[in-house]
Amino acid sequence: MNIHYHSYDAVIVGAGGAGLRAALETAGNVRTAVITKLYPTRSHTGAAQGGMCAALSNVEEDYWEWHAFDTVKGSDYLGDQDAIDIMCREAIDAVIDLEHFGLPFSRTPEGKIDQRRFGGHTRNHGEAPVRRACYAADRTGHMILQTLYQQCVAADVNFFNEFQVFDVLFDGEGASRRAAGVVAYELATGDLHVFTSKGVLFATGGYGRIFQITSNAHTLTGDGPGVLFHRGIPLEDMEFYQFHPTGIYGIGILLTEGARGEGGILRNGLGERFMERVAPTVKDLAPRDMVARAIHAEIKEGRGAGPDKDYVYLDLTHLPPEQIDAKLPDISGFVRTYLGLEPKTDPIPIQPTAHYAMGGIPTNVHGEVVIDANNTVLPGLYAAGECACVSVHGANRLGTNSLLDINVFGRRGGRAMAEYVKEVDHPDLPRSVVDPTRERIDAMMHSSGSEKVGAIRSELQVAMMRDASVVRTGESLQDALRVIHELRDRYEKVTIDDKGSVFNYDLTEALELGSLLDIAEVLVLGADARKESRGAHWRDDFPTRDDVNWMKHTLAYRDESGAIALDYKPVVQGRYEPMERKY
Amino acid sequence: MTTTVQTAEETSLIKEVDVHLTIKRFNPEVDVRPHWREYDLKLKSSDTVLNALIAVKGTIDGTLSFRRSCAHGVCGSDAMMINGENRLGCVNLISSVGTDLVIEPVRGLPVIKDLVVDMEPFFAQYRSVLPYLIADDDPGYKERYQSPEDRARFDDTTKCILCGACSTSCPVYWANGSYIGPAAIVNAHRFIFDSRDQAANERLDILNQKSGVWRCRTSFNCTEACPRGIKVTEAIEEVKRAILYDRS
Ligand SMILES: Cc1cc2nc3c(=O)[nH]c(=O)nc-3n(C[C@H](O)[C@H](O)[C@H](O)COP(=O)(O)OP(=O)(O)OC[C@H]3O[C@@H](n4cnc5c(N)ncnc54)[C@H](O)[C@@H]3O)c2cc1C
Ligand code: SF4
Ligand code: FES
Repeated sequence: MNIHYHSYDAVIVGAGGAGLRAALETAGNVRTAVITKLYPTRSHTGAAQGGMCAALSNVEEDYWEWHAFDTVKGSDYLGDQDAIDIMCREAIDAVIDLEHFGLPFSRTPEGKIDQRRFGGHTRNHGEAPVRRACYAADRTGHMILQTLYQQCVAADVNFFNEFQVFDVLFDGEGASRRAAGVVAYELATGDLHVFTSKGVLFATGGYGRIFQITSNAHTLTGDGPGVLFHRGIPLEDMEFYQFHPTGIYGIGILLTEGARGEGGILRNGLGERFMERVAPTVKDLAPRDMVARAIHAEIKEGRGAGPDKDYVYLDLTHLPPEQIDAKLPDISGFVRTYLGLEPKTDPIPIQPTAHYAMGGIPTNVHGEVVIDANNTVLPGLYAAGECACVSVHGANRLGTNSLLDINVFGRRGGRAMAEYVKEVDHPDLPRSVVDPTRERIDAMMHSSGSEKVGAIRSELQVAMMRDASVVRTGESLQDALRVIHELRDRYEKVTIDDKGSVFNYDLTEALELGSLLDIAEVLVLGADARKESRGAHWRDDFPTRDDVNWMKHTLAYRDESGAIALDYKPVVQGRYEPMERKY
Repeated sequence: MTTTVQTAEETSLIKEVDVHLTIKRFNPEVDVRPHWREYDLKLKSSDTVLNALIAVKGTIDGTLSFRRSCAHGVCGSDAMMINGENRLGCVNLISSVGTDLVIEPVRGLPVIKDLVVDMEPFFAQYRSVLPYLIADDDPGYKERYQSPEDRARFDDTTKCILCGACSTSCPVYWANGSYIGPAAIVNAHRFIFDSRDQAANERLDILNQKSGVWRCRTSFNCTEACPRGIKVTEAIEEVKRAILYDRS
């Protein structure tokens, strides 16, 4: 195995929206390498459909404070209000920046950026749905990803495409550690590359692949959080995982909330509009956690549709066909392709799908990674996007707030890193820093066990879906934990067929499975410990929110032996007092 | 209120099917030239070709290499030749492409391993057309306006996911290494016809060169191959007309 050494001021791991937005701040300013396991335009930001919220007031009265209120309430009061204020205020600039970068937004008749309704976004603190989501048909994420990549081409950003990061490097020990680079595996050659750098920013996206039914790409395996967790960095609020109400039945491909923003209605197997009962004011546009649970309840109480009564319908049949063509072209195509149904005339079978990680690598509002309950910064280490937890989404993210998050905090993280690296010396590391990664890869290449990656992965996904998804109990979580421990033992004996060095995805999938198992375990432990229901974390055995004992963020740490310990830190409060969440 | 509801099973009959795959394999570490391998497996008719490849990799032969990510036609990773036509593996169901499948890497780009081709030449062509908004005016802290009609003018070409299916279906692209290819032209079109952009002339000059639009023989392969339904040939024709009549 050949080993190459590179030296940069700043390294960005991941080239989705967050990584690219950060790169636009560092490249041209400090020597930057962007390392990505996929070609940038293959990143899952491109799959985002519905929109990105900002209180532009282009079509009706709106204020960023209203946006902040909705976000705090949507987060079930677990979001940090200082960070939420920043995000909602800077949202306006973030949209304008994208427009200046060339993003082809859908427009109003006067030529302004058009805006539409989205779940949980309201006027004047919950009065009625508000038109706040800026969008480009149902391809908003595609346009954001393409536009940011185009700007990176213009800025001549230095990409290492199809390089997968498997380790992070530090200079110093214990409390005096600072980030010093990463080790990456080059898919085309099987070579290892050591990048030493003064700053490292992780932007590796989500990890929906711990669940069986998901809107997430095959490649969303939580590599960034996995790597950092192994090096003693805590993970925050991992038990908060969002299920989006409308995934295509049986497959999980997303049908945007924008479909309900355009007037789509959810119906159970009897044809009833059940959201009228659950959220009388905003109905089908209630936040995702509530809608997902409502669907779960309909199915559980026997009002599902289909032979097994295990799905409900998204009904668009009453919308004008022209509106479906103009505003929802892509999702209509998905329904035709994968279900053979026509959304203009057929109600669409849907079920909740694993969608978004609210938790992740803890950071402050500058994207700096913080490593304990006192928010101590680890110098030189940054994270942004879905892999990070600022926390602006708390226990439940509102639709459109992630595309916003990646732009606002991608930019902030990139800026902060560019400033920091100008102030510090280049780390001096021994060549042996590559050894742990080399040994891990060697071991996998020479493994002779009997276990297969695909089998372990799918058993994990099935168990997580059954026991740790929309509705949880102490018992179900213990079941999940037992399965994870058993799969972990089997993972020790995993073997791969491909022993070659060229595009060996057999190897990379095996290594990714290690992160999936770690992340699943942290999620389940956090969920088991949290004896309340809040946002996306619902416990049938503790069905109320408990602000006295549980209005706090979870931090999970791993020690050298692999044992996981939980700690907690306070939520940053602000002007919005916790109240009951009704819509 | 009630509506009539149909089940997925009533409209699309999902059944178990025997699938026979013939895949062109090549491993540069052991093979001198590509060779065919055959695989038989049971799948559902609602499975995609990508599902079939994942099943081969997971249960029969883990050495099979192919790119994939989103699994629903939006990331552009898995363009391949399926029964002689360029397609994305993840948006073609067994029920529509059949149970006897011949799968090869796309043509016109060097094969690295199995279905994985070298995308670098393709992205270099893309970068050469200045694929980014160029506008010198300073709009200040506000958005530029664009009418819905002006926005619609280039809507079709904004949909491109850079999968390469079009370029690698083009006989001129196969035969002539210097042809910039339909995908690059599509991405130039996206800016040439954007009312906010000011660098149409530079791009038209680039596309007027020997490697540019005049190599196109309007065979329409690209349009048929495009998984996003972009009218690729039409976009190329519009660029040709702009070079002839609109360039200032
Ligand atoms: C179907 C769908 C629809 C959505 N719609 C919306 C919406 O309408 N509005 C909204 O606000 N949000 C939406 N979201 C959420 C939002 O799109 C994502 O949260 C966001 O795009 C994540 O961006 P990111 O940059 O953090 O990660 P990604 O875009 O996923 O990028 C991750 C990057 O990390 C790289 N990477 C990963 N691991 C490694 C490694 N080990 N080494 C090197 N590189 C690595 C990958 O190559 C990739 O470039 C949607 C999500 C989905 C799945
Ligand atoms: S024009 Fe169509 S076929 Fe060509 S690269 Fe773009 S999406 Fe793929
Ligand atoms: S896997 Fe993304 S387009 Fe097929």
